[in-house]
Amino acid sequence: MKEFDPGEPGSIVSVTDRVRPLPLGIAVSSVHFLGDAAFFVGTEEKVAVANPAGEISQVEIHFGAILCAASDGARIVTGGDDGTLTALNARGETSVLAIDAKRRWIDCVALHPDGAFAWSAGKTAFVRSGKAEEKSFDAPSTVGGLAFAPKGLRLAIAHYGGVTLWFPNMAAKPEFLEWAGSHLGVVFSPDNKFLVTAMHEPALHGWRLADNRHMRMSGYPGRVRSMSWSAGGKGLATSGADTVIVWPFTSKDGPMGKEPAMLAPLQARVAVVACHPKNDIMAAGYSDGTVLMVRLEDGAEILVRRNKGAPVAALAWNAKGTLLALADEEGDGGLLEL
Amino acid sequence: MAEATSPKIPVTVLTGYLGAGKTTLLNRILSENHGKKYAVIVNEFGEIGIDNDLIIGADEEVFEMNNGCVCCTVRGDLVRIMEGLMKRKGKFDAIIVETTGLADPAPVAQTFFVDEDVQRNARLDAVVTVADAKWLSDRLKDAPEAKNQIAFADVIVLNKTDLVSKGELAEVEARIRGINPYAKLHRTERCKVALADVLERGAFDLDRILEIEPDFLEAGDDHDHDHDHHHHDHHDHAHSHGGLKHYHDEEMQSLALRTDKPLDPTKFMPWLQQLVASEGQKILRSKGILAFSDDDDRYVFQGVHMMLEGDHQRKWKDGERRESRVVFIGRELPEQMIRDGFERCIVT
Repeated sequence: MKEFDPGEPGSIVSVTDRVRPLPLGIAVSSVHFLGDAAFFVGTEEKVAVANPAGEISQVEIHFGAILCAASDGARIVTGGDDGTLTALNARGETSVLAIDAKRRWIDCVALHPDGAFAWSAGKTAFVRSGKAEEKSFDAPSTVGGLAFAPKGLRLAIAHYGGVTLWFPNMAAKPEFLEWAGSHLGVVFSPDNKFLVTAMHEPALHGWRLADNRHMRMSGYPGRVRSMSWSAGGKGLATSGADTVIVWPFTSKDGPMGKEPAMLAPLQARVAVVACHPKNDIMAAGYSDGTVLMVRLEDGAEILVRRNKGAPVAALAWNAKGTLLALADEEGDGGLLEL
Repeated sequence: MAEATSPKIPVTVLTGYLGAGKTTLLNRILSENHGKKYAVIVNEFGEIGIDNDLIIGADEEVFEMNNGCVCCTVRGDLVRIMEGLMKRKGKFDAIIVETTGLADPAPVAQTFFVDEDVQRNARLDAVVTVADAKWLSDRLKDAPEAKNQIAFADVIVLNKTDLVSKGELAEVEARIRGINPYAKLHRTERCKVALADVLERGAFDLDRILEIEPDFLEAGDDHDHDHDHHHHDHHDHAHSHGGLKHYHDEEMQSLALRTDKPLDPTKFMPWLQQLVASEGQKILRSKGILAFSDDDDRYVFQGVHMMLEGDHQRKWKDGERRESRVVFIGRELPEQMIRDGFERCIVT
């Protein structure tokens, strides 16, 4: 690919000159806001913190690779190949939440709004909530993804052959949602009505939780690695194709029998998506380094970052929706104030 | 689409039946003064210690791909491990995957073909099988896994040769050759083998498919001419000439096809694809160098079960014999059907 060609002058609005460049100095895998500071989680050892003034500092949080990260807006919890689960708060203070007894890799992590957290090592998922002691559940195969339901203490554990829904504080037998194949990521819809997994093959699978009806969402050229709910849970934006695929979830049937919206086509693969917390817009990062802001309603685009360098690895909005943080795999970051 | 410029990390798959000496070979590789760093993926922390900084325990989870093909299996845990390892790119030069003694190498190999993220970062270098000179002949009779590992191998390290007589060694080599005559075979004691013979083999590299010739060790001074027709049980047929014994394994065998006449690409490619689609479960490995009609380039391909990859390799050299050669290694191969199909692809 050559330089990004915006076509005729004025064909696309550009805000590239308003993005404050952030040379992060570390390879990045995700970004999360704690307040108005952007915390860029590295692929190993460190987190680079950029405050609103654009000053960058680094925090050491693991001894090796950082395999997973999740944030509830108050803290970021990361799992590493050093077998530790670490929390990082807005002041940059770290605390070790758990150390795997066998020092296994911590593959997945999920946070609950009430402070509970879950993590997995190999086939075992663990949950700790409030004063209750740690509980664990052995999945039939390696855990591919974890997600807390928006209501109650209920954990979805994705694995080979389906998803297990587990109430850690109840004696009830976990519910098993079966679907052949390897499930690697899992999300609940914000209204708690649907569960969606990203599979190893290029497809999503969904269940309507009221009756466990299946929803197959396929047609992707590549694996879906990034999923983001639009404001109010109206749609699920996903990576994996050369357009952002947005599945409609406004009706009680979710996307069943409906076509997804295909927005912001480029000659590159969408790598990361992040929907705005309040408005119907989203940010999309591509494999050629491009970042676009896209209006969900009509697909209108604004150029945030030209195609350059490495694939986009991280995108996030702050809670108010006034700041967008972005970074590519090699640590070339940026901050856009709206 | 922008391609990552960093070179792909080579992956060596180390297989071998229980007790053959995989861990010995692994430790030999790691302790050698090569200045390289390896990430080692083992199925479990065995009793024999492995001295390496980066050791990852794997679960050997074999997953069927969701495409309806039962032979399209991958190692699900390996997908996850590779993803984690790629976060530490630059911290190691190569990866060695040690499988359990009972493992089928195919899912490991296929993981490197079907997963696009794994494929972007790593390349399969070779399947190295360690075999026990003393016990392999027995295992080939009672353990299908051992036979699989021999059939699948690019390199066979025939270990513990000091524990057998010359006659027994010739016997076990003949049995290996009856299954897989194409792998490079090295006789060792305590896995003493040059690292260059097991690492950086490029066995799955299309550019390195130079010739497809059976690899026979020189008979050397093994000319003890045992012309007696022993071991003529219902499973094998052995016959010997020139000091080398030949076995034909009833279940697992290789099939070589060749022709001096050009092949019709519009017939050959569909035939090959159809063949691996229908017989892919039986075909463990395939490889070919092809001379197509009206094409000055050599075409090469290689495959694992029903997964194939192929490409034009280079121009045929002046004076080079434009001969097409295709080899299949597999279980109960429908020989006549394959031969007939191949014949029909020849331009007459």
